[in-house]
Amino acid sequence: MSTNTAYYIPHKATWPVIGTLGLVTMLAGFANYLNGSSIGSMLMIVGLLIFITMLVGWFTLQAKESESGMYSHEVGISYRMGMMWFIFSEIVFFAVFFGTLWYTRNLSVHWLGSGATKELLHSAYEATWPTNGPAALGGKFEPMSAWGLPFLNTLILLTSGVTCTWAHHGLLAKNRDQLIKGLIATVALGFLFVIFQAIEYHEAYTDMGLTLGSGVYGSTFFMLTGFHGFHVCVGAIILSVVLFRSWKGHFQPENHFAFEAAAWYWHFVDVVWLGLFVFVYLM
Amino acid sequence: MSAVTAEHDDHHHADEHHDHGPAKGLLRWIITTNHKDIGTLYLLFALAMFFVGGSMAMVIRAELFEPGLQFVDPAFFNSMTTMHALVMVFGAVMPAFVGLANWQIPLMIGAKDMALPRMNNMSFWLLVAGILLLVSTLLMEGGAPNSGWTLYPPLVLQPITVGKSLPFAVFSVHLLGISSIMGAINIIATIFNMRAPSMKMADMPLFVWTWLITAFLLIAVMPVFAGAVTMLLTDKFFHTSFFNAAGGGDPVLYEHIFWFFGHPEVYIMILPTFGVASTIIPIFARKPLFGYASMVWATSAIAFLSFIVWAHHMFTVGMPLAGELYFMYATMIIAVPTGVKVFNWTATMWKGAMTFETPMLFSIAFVVLFTMGGFTGLMMAIAPSDFQYHDTYFIVAHFHYTLVPASIFMLMAAGYLWLPKWTGHMYNEKIGQLHFWLSAISVNILFFPQHFLGLAGMPRRIPDYAVQFADWNMISSIGGFIFGLSQLLFLYIVIDTIKGGTGEKVTDEVWEDASKHSLEWTLPSPVPYHTWETPPTFVPTEHVLDSH
Repeated sequence: MSTNTAYYIPHKATWPVIGTLGLVTMLAGFANYLNGSSIGSMLMIVGLLIFITMLVGWFTLQAKESESGMYSHEVGISYRMGMMWFIFSEIVFFAVFFGTLWYTRNLSVHWLGSGATKELLHSAYEATWPTNGPAALGGKFEPMSAWGLPFLNTLILLTSGVTCTWAHHGLLAKNRDQLIKGLIATVALGFLFVIFQAIEYHEAYTDMGLTLGSGVYGSTFFMLTGFHGFHVCVGAIILSVVLFRSWKGHFQPENHFAFEAAAWYWHFVDVVWLGLFVFVYLM
Repeated sequence: MSAVTAEHDDHHHADEHHDHGPAKGLLRWIITTNHKDIGTLYLLFALAMFFVGGSMAMVIRAELFEPGLQFVDPAFFNSMTTMHALVMVFGAVMPAFVGLANWQIPLMIGAKDMALPRMNNMSFWLLVAGILLLVSTLLMEGGAPNSGWTLYPPLVLQPITVGKSLPFAVFSVHLLGISSIMGAINIIATIFNMRAPSMKMADMPLFVWTWLITAFLLIAVMPVFAGAVTMLLTDKFFHTSFFNAAGGGDPVLYEHIFWFFGHPEVYIMILPTFGVASTIIPIFARKPLFGYASMVWATSAIAFLSFIVWAHHMFTVGMPLAGELYFMYATMIIAVPTGVKVFNWTATMWKGAMTFETPMLFSIAFVVLFTMGGFTGLMMAIAPSDFQYHDTYFIVAHFHYTLVPASIFMLMAAGYLWLPKWTGHMYNEKIGQLHFWLSAISVNILFFPQHFLGLAGMPRRIPDYAVQFADWNMISSIGGFIFGLSQLLFLYIVIDTIKGGTGEKVTDEVWEDASKHSLEWTLPSPVPYHTWETPPTFVPTEHVLDSH
C-alpha cells in the first residue's frame, strides 16, 4: 500500500504525445499505402522514426530516473502490475489466433466438407487438415514439418529461457560477469531463432508453395508464427537494451524491474512458442 | 471529517516535485499527467463526441421520418448507422467513464494520483488519435464504413461497402484498443497499489469496485477485437482466407470472435453505470447502500457470465442445436445477478429520506428504464423468439434502452453529482430538472415505438421502409429530435457551472451528509489541483454508516 509522499508522480510528460503522434502517423501511412496512395510508405517511415525516437527518449528517461533512486518500492509494484497485465493482454491476443486455428480445424473445415454443403456446393472437396479450401486457393502446397528448423528453434528458445534465468541468478548474486554473459547468450539465441525462422519462411515461399494465400492453412500458419516471430524480435530488442544497461552498471539485486519485465516477456514468448510447436507444427 | 480536510490543506512537501500548480497555457493540457486534468480532457472529449454521434443519429431519424428516400443516399445512411455506433461506443460512452474513473478513483480511495501518470496521458491521446482516424473516413472516397459497427465479413470486405475506409477503421480499432488497455491497466494498478492504508478492498465505494471489474473486462477483450479486425485486414489486403469459405475459412468465425469481444464490451459500458447509480442512490436516499457485498458479487458474476454468452447475438446464424440451447440458458442466468442489483437499489430507496435533485431523478429513471431494457433482453435470450426479433428494430429498442436511459443518463447524473465538487459551483437545479424531464419523456417517445416496429418486422439499418411502419417511425423521430435538442441544455449547464453556475458557493460535502458515504466529499470544494498528498486516516464507508 502506498505511503503517498514517497510515490513519485511526474508532473509533465512530453514523450506520450510524441509517441502517439508517431503511432498514428505510421498507421495512417500504412492505411494509405494499402489503399495505393503514393504518400503512404513515406508517412509510415516518418511515423516509425518518430515512434523510435519516443522509445529511445522515454526509456532513457525512465532508466535515468530509476538509477537516481526516484522510484520507491511502491512505484516498482505499479510497474510490475503494469507489465503483468500487459502480458495478459498479449496472451489474449494470441488466444484469438489459437482459437481461430482450433475452430477452423475442428469445426468449420469439417462442416465445409460434409452434409448438404458438400453435396450441393463442392462434392469433390475432401475436408482434411491441412487444407486450402474447396477452391484450393494458392495452389498446391506442402505443409511445414515439425522436425526440421521448427524443432531446432524449439531447442533454441528453451535454451534461451535457461540462459535468461542464469543471467538473473548472476544479477541476484551480484555476479555481473554471469549477468552479462547470460544476457549475451539469450539475445544471441533470440536473434538466431529469428534468422532460422526467416530461412523457414523463405523455404516455404520458394520450395513448398506455402504462402499467406495458401487457404486457411497458410493463413493460420503465417499469422500465428508471424506474430510470434515479431514478438521474439521485440523481446530480443528489449533484452539488448537490458544487456546494454547491465554493461553500464545498472540494476541492483533489490532493484531491477527492467530486467524482470524483459525476462517475463521472454518467458511469455517462449511459452507461446511451445503452444505453436504443438498445435501448429506437430498436430 | 473536517480534521482530515484541514490536515490535507496545511500539508506541504519539500520533495522532488516543486511545480505544484498546473502548467500555463494550452501546453498544460497536452503534457499533463494530473489525473484531474486528464479526467477533464476525457470528459470534454466524450461530450464533444456525444454531440458528433448524436448528429449522426439525427440524420438517421430525419431520413426515417417518412417512408421513401428523403435526405441521404442509402450508402451514406448506412455509414451513419455504422459511425453513430462506433463514435458513441468508443468515442463517447467508454471515454466518459474513463474520465469519471480518472477524476474519482484517486479521490475516492485516497490516492494522490493514478499509479502510472505518463501512461495515463498516452491513453487519452491515443483515444483522440484513434477517433480521428475513424472520423477521417467520412471525408474519403467511398465514404465511411457502412457495414454496421460489427464490421461483419464478407460484407465489410466488398469494395462497394468499404471504399478506402477499411484500413483506417481497423487501425482506429487498434489505437482505441491500446488506449483502453493502457487505461484499464492504470486503473487496476491504482486500485490495488494506491489505496489509502486505512482502506480495505471491502471498504471501497461501489464505483471503484465496478471500475476494477470493468478494467479486467477491458484487458481481456480489447485484444480480441484487435485480433478480429487484423484478420479482416489480412483477408482484404494479404490474401488470407480466415473468413473465406473458398479457402477453407468461415465468415461465421468472425461473428464468434467479434461477439466474444462484443458481449463483455456492452458490460464495459454498463458496469460503471451501475457504479454511478450505487453512488447516487444512497446519498439522496440518506441511507447506506443496501447489500454492499451482494452488489460486488453480482457485478463479478455479471462480468464472468459476459464471457460465456456471446453467441446469443447470432442465434439465427445456423449453430448446432446444442449451441442454441446452451447460449439461451446461459444468457438467462444473467437476469439473476442483475435482478439482485435492481432489488438492492430499490431497497436502498425503501423508507429512505429521499430528495429529488437532478442526479437522483436520473438515477430513478435509470432503475426503471434499465429494467425495461433488461426485460426485452430476456425476451431475446429465448432462442426461438429471437428468430422473430433478430435484426429488427426490436433489438435497436432493446440496446438503446440499456445504453441511453442507462449509461448516458448515469453519465449525465454523474456530471450533476460531481461537477459542483470539481468546480466549486452549483449547477442551475431548475434547468437541470427541465433537462431531466425533457430527456426522460422524449427518450421513451424515441425508443418505445421501436419495440412495436421491431415486433411488426421492420428491419434495422434500412433507410426506407414499408408504409405500415410510417406512424411509429414518425413518432420515434419526433422523440429523437426532442431528445437531441434537450441535450443542448446539458451542454449549457456544463459550461454555465464551470463558469460559476448559480453563484452559490457549495460546501465541501456538496450534498447533505455525502461525506458519510465516501472520501471525495471530505475534500475542499473545488477540489484542489493536488489531493491526498498525505493519505486520509479515516475512511467513511457504507459499512460504517450501516453500523449506526
